[in-house]
Amino acid sequence: MKELERAGLPTAHICTIVPISKTVGANRIVPAVAIPHPLGDPNKTLQQEKAIRRQVVEKALHALETDIEDQKVFE
Amino acid sequence: MTKKLRIVHCLNQFFGGMGGEEAAGIEPHWFEGAKGPGQLFENLSPDVKVIGTVVVGDNYMAENVGERAAQLVTFIKQQLDLDHMPDLVVAGPAFNAGRYGLWCAALCQVIEEELEIPSLTAVYPENPAVESYRQSVCMVKSTSDVMGMQSAVKGMLNVGRKLATGVELSPPEDGTIPRGIRQNYLAAETGAKRAVGMLLRKLEGCDGETEYPMPTFDRVAPAPAIPDLSKAMVALVTSGGIVPRGNPDRIEAASASTFGEYPLNEFSTLSSDSHQSVHGGYDPTYANEDPNRILPLDVLRELVVEGRVGRLLEIYYATVGNATSVKRAQRFGKDIAAKIVNEGALAVILTST
Repeated sequence: MKELERAGLPTAHICTIVPISKTVGANRIVPAVAIPHPLGDPNKTLQQEKAIRRQVVEKALHALETDIEDQKVFE
Repeated sequence: MTKKLRIVHCLNQFFGGMGGEEAAGIEPHWFEGAKGPGQLFENLSPDVKVIGTVVVGDNYMAENVGERAAQLVTFIKQQLDLDHMPDLVVAGPAFNAGRYGLWCAALCQVIEEELEIPSLTAVYPENPAVESYRQSVCMVKSTSDVMGMQSAVKGMLNVGRKLATGVELSPPEDGTIPRGIRQNYLAAETGAKRAVGMLLRKLEGCDGETEYPMPTFDRVAPAPAIPDLSKAMVALVTSGGIVPRGNPDRIEAASASTFGEYPLNEFSTLSSDSHQSVHGGYDPTYANEDPNRILPLDVLRELVVEGRVGRLLEIYYATVGNATSVKRAQRFGKDIAAKIVNEGALAVILTST
């Protein structure tokens, strides 16, 4: 991830354990739903899941479009 | 008869014998006496008694580690008899497991703050828990995997005894991860003399000598944003181990030695027919049911159609981020970055579990 950024590619890290992402040095961090299903929720309907997935992805896109000075968690 | 060293031991669902990844969400359970590796503590040292064992799920703890650690301490307090408190709380050993190490360390930190009882854990030095908790928590160095269980337990016993009896620790001999605590001591020579001595030795060709190793903070300046993604190509990378069904490149479930590059162009969505998860560090059930839950291709395709994103790079990069050494991860990153830049993508979405 840091290598991607070093190459000039803004990278949005969608992950569940934000403290780990921060520690290893991710810059654009997007919290996900849960470890076994970061972009979904088996307890919801397919429709609801997709909506959740879209929400998280949109946050990631927003993170990619935002200039930042330091590590930032995009809630 | 020597007084017994009384320990409360905290384990994750796996070492506590309550299941694998499917049990990673379990709430705290209390067991009288020792369980699993706890028995090793007693076997190695007759003056040690594990009075009780807490078993809890890695996901349960890691998903909200600060709060859950505090709750776990309350849980432990409820199980204990105020007249017979333990001398020591031991969490793990967690080896290189990210979630496990994280909550073990978080737990020790809360115990230091709230109970008058010393605590410790054991982790592999590359465990992500180290950087966040090294200053506040006592961590014994362990190997990266369970092959080093016995030496980890021995180390924990040695250090645990010292903590419980108030004996000062010495990181090199005791095998603990240095905490950055400064201890004043009176040197035989003044600083000026020592500095000159060091310089003279350096001039003679002896390099690398230092009284204070400088910490290395590896941070990367954030890459500039892409103000308008509707014109850009976005690349997808995942450490969640989503690969085409059959795992054609045989990517390992842990300590992956390679990453894969796979086509996206035939797919508008991912499904259990076409793809699977080979990651050994989380319960793959949900990912296998619907791989979009790890690599959100379905949503991204829609976003491209709507014009929110210009296009997707029709190749995605996948590996398994389970016990991956930092060195390897760096090499993967460099290779993938070069490929992505070559393909003309301007930004990356990286998903992890």
